[in-house]
Amino acid sequence: MALYSEKVMDHFRNPRNVGVIPDADGVGQVGNAKCGDIMKMYLKITDGVIADVKFETFGCGSAIASSSMATELIKGKPVSEALALTNKAVAEALDGLPDYKLHCSVLAEQAVRAALEDYETRVREKTQ
Amino acid sequence: MRIYADNAATTPMCPAALAAMLHCMEERYGNPSSLHTPGQRAKETLETAREEIAALLHAAPRELTFTSGGSEADNQALRSAAALGRRQGKTHIISTAFEHHAVLHTLDRLAREGFSVTLLDVHTDGLVRPEELEAAIRPDTCLVSVMYANNEIGTVQPIRELGAICRARGVLFHTDAVQAVGQLPIDVQADHIDLLSASAHKFHGPKGVGFLYARRGVALTPLIEGGAQERGKRAGTENVPAVAGMAAALRESAAQMEQNAARLIPLRDRLIEGLQTIPHAARNGDALRRLPGNVSFCFEGIEGEALLLLLDDRGIAASSGSACTSGALDPSHVLLAIGRSHDVAHGSLRLSLGPETTEAEIDYIIENVRDVVEYLRGFSPVWRERAEGKAPFVL
Repeated sequence: MALYSEKVMDHFRNPRNVGVIPDADGVGQVGNAKCGDIMKMYLKITDGVIADVKFETFGCGSAIASSSMATELIKGKPVSEALALTNKAVAEALDGLPDYKLHCSVLAEQAVRAALEDYETRVREKTQ
Repeated sequence: MRIYADNAATTPMCPAALAAMLHCMEERYGNPSSLHTPGQRAKETLETAREEIAALLHAAPRELTFTSGGSEADNQALRSAAALGRRQGKTHIISTAFEHHAVLHTLDRLAREGFSVTLLDVHTDGLVRPEELEAAIRPDTCLVSVMYANNEIGTVQPIRELGAICRARGVLFHTDAVQAVGQLPIDVQADHIDLLSASAHKFHGPKGVGFLYARRGVALTPLIEGGAQERGKRAGTENVPAVAGMAAALRESAAQMEQNAARLIPLRDRLIEGLQTIPHAARNGDALRRLPGNVSFCFEGIEGEALLLLLDDRGIAASSGSACTSGALDPSHVLLAIGRSHDVAHGSLRLSLGPETTEAEIDYIIENVRDVVEYLRGFSPVWRERAEGKAPFVL
């Protein structure tokens, strides 16, 4: 019995969109080192569409896989669609996570949301 | 390359143990409680095993009770000593913060039943200080329980000194020796041990069997009620094949103990030295007073489960005290007890070597741990923060 689905292992072994966007339009970080999970998302947004996304994660296999999958799910999508990303969608796209790892997908949803909120704050500040 | 470096979790069975079990299952199938010849032959196997194990520990055969393993032995030892204490109006127990959960959770239960518990500090080197035990003993102390060697960081406690203090003060002394039996020479008399727990699968015996040593005069409380097996201390038909396998495994471990340690210690130290060259990494536990095969490290900026999975991909089986490996929220209580911060404790790795470990394997482990740690740090926001000087390094 494997601990994780093949999808999780694939995204864990070969995470997509790893790294940093130095001139990101929105950056979000969630979690804390005390609990053993931190996710950081960087977004590049052009014309209301997520043109590029990168992530950095300190965490377990499912945390890395969840971040990777979340980036895949929002890349190239309009901001409004990205805002609607749920942890359930992340977990389902990974063919499921063990119960005690579902919080990793929650963290991924929160990281995306935090980065989008940061983007919206910046836009608001610019227009004011 | 496939390397099994998780011998503290469990060990592969040795051929002698396997042979003893098979023989027993084929030929000694009788119930030891039966009066007929097949029964009495099984009884003979059981008692021969008891004699052999007892002799290796300098105990008397009747002082050994076979159990389902280390956890049961720990539970029974603590429960029994607590019951004896209660009868004398003594309800204070001393233990340490880094015991196995079989001890800590039983102590929690006893605390809810009215016992008071003092947990001794194990300091940053993972060692109990005898003078601190001396100072912690009160007139109402009924039991001291200190593990012989820690399962995670491998530190070996000054058991003989601790035992002598307890004996002089008239307090029962229990030691969870699950990691030590078969690895270290144990003499229950010279060590002044009243109660000792052991588990066969840690010394190349089968899983699901262990024993509790209780010095003559220390009455055990049965956890399982039923028949009169094990002199009424543990009901249920004895697991004769497992006991025979345990005795064979211990016999072999004892015979090879010295040469095994002499071979393992240089390998262990080579591994420690190699891992120490990784930046911001630290060994857990004292360098010298540790089990011959135990290597425990914390690596800053990474999480242990990810490390384990990637090492497994490279053929290395190890373990970690990270919360994620156990489904718990907090990382290992052992690492917290020696003062590691939460985030650093999440990045822990335990490699426990065995008689099969080779120098080539050690070098392969060092190379791959270095590689994987570097890879994971490459996209860790925690590592980046520290590497860029925005937060201080802990290690």
